[in-house]
Amino acid sequence: MTLAYAATLDRAEPEGAALPDRVLLKGNEAIAEAAIQAGCDAYFGYPITPQAELLEWMARRMPEEGRAFVQAESEIGAISMALGAAATGARVMVSTSSPGFSLMAEGMSYIAASELPVVLVNVMRGGPGLGSIAPAQADYLQAVKGHGHGDYRVPVLAPSSIAEAIAMVADAFEIAEHYRTPVIILADGIIGQAMEPVRPIYRNPPRLDDGWALSGADGRPPRVVRSLHLRPEDLEQHNLALAAKFRAISAAEVRWAGEALDDAELVIVAYGTAARVGRTALARARDAGLRVGLFRPISLWPFPSDALAEITRTVRAILVVELSAGQMVEDVRLAVEGRAPVLFHGRTGGMVPTPDEVVDALRSAWALTPDPDGGGR
Amino acid sequence: MTAMTAPTAEARPPRIVAARPDLLADRATHYCPGCGHGVIHRLVAEVLGELGLGPKTIAVAAVGCAVFAYDYLQVDFVEAQHGRAPAVATGVRRVRPDAFVLTYQGDGDLAAIGTAEIVHAAARGERITVVFVNNGIYGMTGGQMAPTSLLGQKTTSTPLGRDARTAGYPIPITEMLAIVPGTAYAARGSLASPAAIGKTKAMLRRAFEIQVAGGSFGIVEVLSNCPVGWGMTPVESIEHLSVVAETYPLGVIVDRARAAGKA
Repeated sequence: MTLAYAATLDRAEPEGAALPDRVLLKGNEAIAEAAIQAGCDAYFGYPITPQAELLEWMARRMPEEGRAFVQAESEIGAISMALGAAATGARVMVSTSSPGFSLMAEGMSYIAASELPVVLVNVMRGGPGLGSIAPAQADYLQAVKGHGHGDYRVPVLAPSSIAEAIAMVADAFEIAEHYRTPVIILADGIIGQAMEPVRPIYRNPPRLDDGWALSGADGRPPRVVRSLHLRPEDLEQHNLALAAKFRAISAAEVRWAGEALDDAELVIVAYGTAARVGRTALARARDAGLRVGLFRPISLWPFPSDALAEITRTVRAILVVELSAGQMVEDVRLAVEGRAPVLFHGRTGGMVPTPDEVVDALRSAWALTPDPDGGGR
Repeated sequence: MTAMTAPTAEARPPRIVAARPDLLADRATHYCPGCGHGVIHRLVAEVLGELGLGPKTIAVAAVGCAVFAYDYLQVDFVEAQHGRAPAVATGVRRVRPDAFVLTYQGDGDLAAIGTAEIVHAAARGERITVVFVNNGIYGMTGGQMAPTSLLGQKTTSTPLGRDARTAGYPIPITEMLAIVPGTAYAARGSLASPAAIGKTKAMLRRAFEIQVAGGSFGIVEVLSNCPVGWGMTPVESIEHLSVVAETYPLGVIVDRARAAGKA
């Protein structure tokens, strides 16, 4: 299931003769159309900035395709509709932004417990509370460490470009259906709102056997999709089975991309829009003579801990860049386990760090940290 | 002379006056002695069976004592979060146009935590049928006040009786839903007597037939009992249903399908 991301990471033109024309696409609309092209049967949503164009695109396109679209009464309603549709084996997407993601937390717990495939897109904005409508990465901990209650995990994928977001939608459906789990696409307001020229390459993953799904007990015993296991002995067995699934996902679905890591002494770790900023900062820092690399987690859960640990074995320092006051940095520190200093630069509340800010942070890191070889390179 | 002999038992064909419906599982109940859920399960199973709907039914189980409806009703089931059954049913309906979609919800579930979901399912005119069991109490959690509890009713969270000044009034949610144009059918029955049970069954049948005919949202509220939660014997609790009906009048509240001549 592990898929190549090199083309989308580098935004290089894919090889091949029959490429689609290059078009200017807005992130929210590109994600929506990618879902339609991926065979999404049903979409449920509720208006919230900065993801409203995704819902609006679906409102127009899903009926054209004869598929289901409902503007729900709330995000709670939307995720509940997703639960019902997914229980019948349908390919289902919901989308929201941060405050709505909180409301979907309840449903995510039940969907994970009931082992249903649903793709949830969270186009993050500034928080906490009503916060702002500007881009942020403030929901990392919520998405990665647990939205709803209970003993479960959910794969989280973070696109760093619109082309990657398009590819990621099909991947997300595939992971969701292969493991029968919800999957979160964790985008931010810039990915959702920005327009980029892309050659959209859509993919409709093959349907898997849904011998578990509800269709009416016609000539077979009734099926029950449930999350209640009142006997602790039963729930423990259920949770252990879930845990085994999470281990399988951890082993097979780790995704990350690297850039200029071979000789890097300082490594920027950033995802999504922060990685785009980091890429520009990397180029400027290299021009200034700093040997900087970029490590970009694509799957935030499972976090690419082993790869990051291996890469950071020989570096002077790690600089984590986020559109938050510091969230993913906790997972980076867990992965690095003290082998290198882990520094942080972030902007929060809807502010975005500039490349020059990141370069300054890299210079400080260079000055503050000893050469790992002890020499004066 | 021909001797007249009494007919023997062997000669008389058996006449079954009552049997377990095919769609009701043959198993011991988890419900408390005297609880009305068993009767309502039976009515649902009978009507589904009589209309031949079992093989195409996808039902939604709601949180409360009757979450285990799937242990008895032999149809496909999905279990909803507390209060969300109408939204879950909406999801089922929109991708399974040929299914018969049913929710089975209690009054805490439907009339408190689930008010947004039930109101908007009705407002959208979702082609689903809601079986709404109103026993005026949170049974599963130990007998706390429900939004439907009667004024003065003693519960574990209104130990001195429900006082409107602090705990508000019983909510006539089925009448509220009946106002919405998307509601094709709304009715309230009771388990107070065999005759009332018969009328309730007719309401369920009518509601199910409307959905099969393509009609929009339908709800049948059933005034049921909770002997344990009410602190009564089963017989006392059944007798008490006539008191409950003073707050919640019985009958068909709206039948827009009939008014429109569609079904």
